[in-house]
Amino acid sequence: MAQNASTLFEKIWDSHEVLRKGADGPSLLYVDRHMVHEVTSPQAFEGLRANGRKVRRTDLTVATMDHNVPTTPGERRLPMADQTSDLQVRTLEENCREFGVRLFGMDSPDQGIVHVIGPQLGITLPGATIVCGDSHTSTHGAFGALAFGIGTSDVEHVLASQTVWMQKPKPLEIMIRGSMSVQRAVTAKDVILYVIRKIGTDGGAGHVAEYRGQAVSDMSTEQRMTICNMSIEAGARAGLVAPDEKTFEYLRGRTYTPENYEEMVSAWKKTLRTDSKASFAKRYEIDAGRIAPQVSWGTNPGMTCDVTEEVPDPAEYGGGDRSREDSARKALQYMGLEPGTPMTEIPLDRVFIGSCTNARLEDLVEASRAVRGQKIARGVRAMVVPGSQAVKRSAEEMGLDAVFKDAGFEWRESGCSMCLGMNPDILMPGERCASTSNRNFEGRQGTGGRTHLASPVMAAAAAVNGHFVDVREMDMQDGAV
Amino acid sequence: MEPFRTVRSVATPLDKINVDTDQIVPKQFLKLVQRSGFGRYLFYDWRYERGEGGSDGASVVPRPDFVLNDPRYKGSAILVTGENFGCGSSREHAVWALADYGFRAVIAPSFADIFYNNCFKNGVLPVTLERGEVRGMLKFGGDIEVDLEAGEVRMYSPGDPAAPPRVARFEIEPHRRTVLLEGLDEIAQTLKYEKEISEFEKRSGPTNGAIPPLSPDKPLGA
Repeated sequence: MAQNASTLFEKIWDSHEVLRKGADGPSLLYVDRHMVHEVTSPQAFEGLRANGRKVRRTDLTVATMDHNVPTTPGERRLPMADQTSDLQVRTLEENCREFGVRLFGMDSPDQGIVHVIGPQLGITLPGATIVCGDSHTSTHGAFGALAFGIGTSDVEHVLASQTVWMQKPKPLEIMIRGSMSVQRAVTAKDVILYVIRKIGTDGGAGHVAEYRGQAVSDMSTEQRMTICNMSIEAGARAGLVAPDEKTFEYLRGRTYTPENYEEMVSAWKKTLRTDSKASFAKRYEIDAGRIAPQVSWGTNPGMTCDVTEEVPDPAEYGGGDRSREDSARKALQYMGLEPGTPMTEIPLDRVFIGSCTNARLEDLVEASRAVRGQKIARGVRAMVVPGSQAVKRSAEEMGLDAVFKDAGFEWRESGCSMCLGMNPDILMPGERCASTSNRNFEGRQGTGGRTHLASPVMAAAAAVNGHFVDVREMDMQDGAV
Repeated sequence: MEPFRTVRSVATPLDKINVDTDQIVPKQFLKLVQRSGFGRYLFYDWRYERGEGGSDGASVVPRPDFVLNDPRYKGSAILVTGENFGCGSSREHAVWALADYGFRAVIAPSFADIFYNNCFKNGVLPVTLERGEVRGMLKFGGDIEVDLEAGEVRMYSPGDPAAPPRVARFEIEPHRRTVLLEGLDEIAQTLKYEKEISEFEKRSGPTNGAIPPLSPDKPLGA
């Protein structure tokens, strides 16, 4: 290994180290962008207040409310029906006012899921360190940023000092070779679900993953956001992709894109990539051409199979590991599934197209392809929750709202919504949902609810059919969008 | 923060792998704006059956088959569990719930990164031990002592408490160990590096760690 050869992650890390405690100790990392939301911040602001501390850099801090907000048109105002949600939202408003933090509130045209609005407003930048009290902060890694989720104590620490202590993770390479076999039927969501299935929900623990290879280069910026988003589901501390022309173009001319942006782009082009002689602590290699549309059958994102497969037998899934077999058995019990059932024969009650994983404009365009001119199946309730109000407006300009509504979907305001059901959008016990979100944990979408993770086009096609179908066999047409 | 030195109690065995933070404290309880009082929501959906009255906790019945409802483990301060404990959401509420319930140490073959980090901010010690050792502890039933200073877990034979304990050794990164042993206010410690932080902020150049601030004259929500 050459003396100075480094991975992209190491370069960003090293350039943000304020200091390190000894050779193997934790580093004090400087934070370029701190994003705050209403669920994980109240105790942090309270801690500042109790100790007479201020927010060190309000000019590097932004806040929005996304987890609790109602997505039903007309209900996005205070007081909210749920009093505890109401209190949390008001608390964020008051804290932002008191501490001088920029807030995109419930009525702001820029409101949205924090990981959707960051890039959309040009707050997310290549080479930056970005933190947020939310595990899906890894999404911003799609821009070549080092972005990771932190707990509330660290939120307070960053507010007070603009720094965070962290043990340096190890670099992990996830090489995705080849290209996705059937254009636009197999998506970035299928790639990342397949990766998690192969490397396991702790395959990336202690590491920062860099996604590389032809399939990643071919992906749009928004598709890269989908794969980086679910890095945490593979246990990785963060996930990132080296920035390229697509990245730079995406951020050009956004509200908060810096004035000297072109100068910064020139510098980034020279440095923000993994050196050819750099080495990774661990590597995985995936052939994109082998990936079929994926659907989860269990209660963690690694419990996923091809749509053409059957619900697995727990003993087979366990492969001799009793804990793994037990967890598969409990998962099937929770999910109400029998081994051997074809994935395409499981009837669905609900469809959710939304979340920081899959609710950007491209996701809605892809989903609309399976819906245009169709009606959702009898007995299915389906909703689209755009990732931000700006995504919603753009989609409406393209007429996508009409496509979904004509098919029988509900068309909502933006928020985290049924990804985790902190607002009124939840599953009832026993309800089964095809969801474009990121977690199929027990009770995630509502106590007793059953979640099947899938891509936007897979979820949309499932809404039309009342069960999953292999979208590679569908004749989808692009409308006049 | 309460310092952590030594904790001894019966260990609660939770024989599951990949326990996610949604299970440790379900989302409906994340709406509180304080840090205290989360213990009653710990493992809520596994711990309680819903009676009439819905999911707001109005009417719930303890599930007799869940380990936290087993009288043998009442007052336990040590949780023993499977791989990848605390995966998923970054919610620190998961650690607040464990601590508020009374757990001071969690022993597992591995932990998810964010959860592991959150433990140290709240006086909870996550102990990583080899898988076989943990599997033994899941079936053990006797008293366990976790000694941070010595870096030892001691298992006292239930049949013969006077016999010398079986000892397993663990390691904690020294900086974290000190913070926990002393119960230090980490922010106060960091603010002692004001000079270093200020100097870092004076650096310039997009690839030298200095990303420009958000332009303050841009109107909000424009």
